[in-house]
Amino acid sequence: MKLKEAAKKEERLTGGHRLCSGCGAGTVVRLVMRASDNPAVVGCSTGCLEVSTTIYPYTAWEDSFIHNAFENVAATISGVESAYRSLRNQGKMDEDFDFIAIGGDGGSYDIGFQSLSGAMERGHDMVYLCYDNGAYMNTGIQRSSATPKGANTTTSPAGEVIPGKQQYRKELTDIMAAHNIPYVAQASPFKPQDLMKKAKKAFETEGPAFLNVLAPCPRGWRSKAEEGIELTKIAADTCFWPLFEVENGEWKLNYNPKAKKPITDWLEPQGRFKHLFKPENEGLIEEIQEHVDERWETILHRCGEE
Amino acid sequence: MVKPGDGYKDIPKGGLILEAGNAKNYKTGGWRTKKPILDKETCINCHRCWAFCPDSSVLSEDGDVKAEIDYDHCKGCGICAHECPVNAIEMEKE
Ligand SMILES: Cc1ncc(C[n+]2csc(CCOP(=O)(O)OP(=O)(O)O)c2C)c(N)n1
Ligand code: SF4
Ligand code: SF4
Ligand code: SF4
Ligand SMILES: [Mg+2]
Repeated sequence: MKLKEAAKKEERLTGGHRLCSGCGAGTVVRLVMRASDNPAVVGCSTGCLEVSTTIYPYTAWEDSFIHNAFENVAATISGVESAYRSLRNQGKMDEDFDFIAIGGDGGSYDIGFQSLSGAMERGHDMVYLCYDNGAYMNTGIQRSSATPKGANTTTSPAGEVIPGKQQYRKELTDIMAAHNIPYVAQASPFKPQDLMKKAKKAFETEGPAFLNVLAPCPRGWRSKAEEGIELTKIAADTCFWPLFEVENGEWKLNYNPKAKKPITDWLEPQGRFKHLFKPENEGLIEEIQEHVDERWETILHRCGEE
Repeated sequence: MVKPGDGYKDIPKGGLILEAGNAKNYKTGGWRTKKPILDKETCINCHRCWAFCPDSSVLSEDGDVKAEIDYDHCKGCGICAHECPVNAIEMEKE
C-alpha cells in the first residue's frame, strides 16, 4: 500500500504519549496498528511503550488496552482471545477483533519468553509484536539477550574489566520460526511499506503470528534522535538486522543490500559502541564482523538466495 | 476524565480509562527545542515524514500532507526533516 493511501486510515496511537523524542517504538507501533482492519485488543508488557502510552488518566491507544505485568503479555492476550472465541461460539458476539500482544526485547526475549512460547504453541489467533531496542531501556539501559555484543549498558559496563556486553545476541526470530507457527517476520521501520505488509499478513493469519521489529532508542543507543530511522537502514545494509519472513515454514529474504556495508557503519554512530574503537578493542570489531557475515550466510542459505 | 482533586467515587472502577486516545489532550509540544517548518512548495507529498513521526504529528488529510505539523504534540526530534528526500522540512530553533 502506498504511504499516502495508508495515511487515509485512522490513527490508532495518538500524540501526547510520553515516549522520548525520536523514540522508534512510537513509529513501529503506529505503522503496525495501521495494518489492522478491525478494532483491536492490545496488551503491552511493562516497558517504555507501556509506561509512556498509558500514564493515568491518559491513554494514547484508540483501541482497548489491557495493563499487565512484565512477563505475561502473551498469556493475557491469549486469554482474551480464548474468551472471545468462546463468546463467538456461544453466539454472544459476532464482531471481528484483532488481538495483539506487544513486548520490548526484555519482555519478549527474556522474562516473557515462556508466556510468548506457550501462547504461540497453543495456536491462539493473535499477533505478537516485539519492538527490539536492544536493552531494558525503561529501567535505565540494562543488557538483555537481545543486546548486541560489545554494547555498553549499565549491567555490561565498558571499562577496564570488560569491553561491554560479552555475549552475542540471541536470534528470537529464528526461535519463533522453530515453533512452526504460520507466520514469522523480521522487519524494520526504514521500510514502512514492508513493515505494514508484514503486519497485515500477521493480522490476517489464522492462528499465531510473530513480528520482530528493530526500534531505535536514542537514549540507550547514545545516538542522535533524528538519525534513528537511518540507523535502522544501516542495520539492514550492514546485515546486522536482515529483513525476512517465514511463511508456513518457507523462508524468504525481503531486503538484499546492493552493497553490503562494513559493521563499523552500524557501530560508529552509536555511543554505546564508542569504546570498541579504542586500539585495544580492534580485534573485537573483527570478531563482530565475522559473526555478522556468518549469520548473513545462514539467512541467505535458508532463504534459498545462494 | 479524572481530574486532580477527584474523590474515589469519581474514579471509574478498576482505574479504567474510559475515553480512548485521550492522551491527545496532553500536550508534549513544550518538550521541543527545535521546530520543524514544512515548505509546501518544495514538498512532493511522499509521506515519508508522516510515516516516520513517532508522535503522529505530521498531519495528512485525504492523502495530502497538509503542510501542517501538530505543534501541540511534536517533540522536535527532527526525524521528518532528516528523512525528507527533498529537504522540504527545516528545523528551526524554538
Ligand atoms: C517482574 C518485573 N521485574 C522488573 C520490572 C522492572 N521493569 C519494568 S520495565 C523493565 C524493562 C523493560 O525492558 P524491555 O522489555 O526491553 O522494554 P523497553 O523498556 O526497552 O522498551 C523492567 C526491568 C518489572 N516491571 N517487573
Ligand atoms: S528510553 Fe529509549 S525506548 Fe524508552 S522511551 Fe526513551 S527512546 Fe524510547
Ligand atoms: S520533529 Fe519529530 S515529532 Fe515533530 S513532526 Fe517531525 S518527526 Fe514528528
Ligand atoms: S517527507 Fe518531505 S516531500 Fe515527503 S511528504 Fe514529507 S515534507 Fe513532503
Ligand atoms: Mg528494550
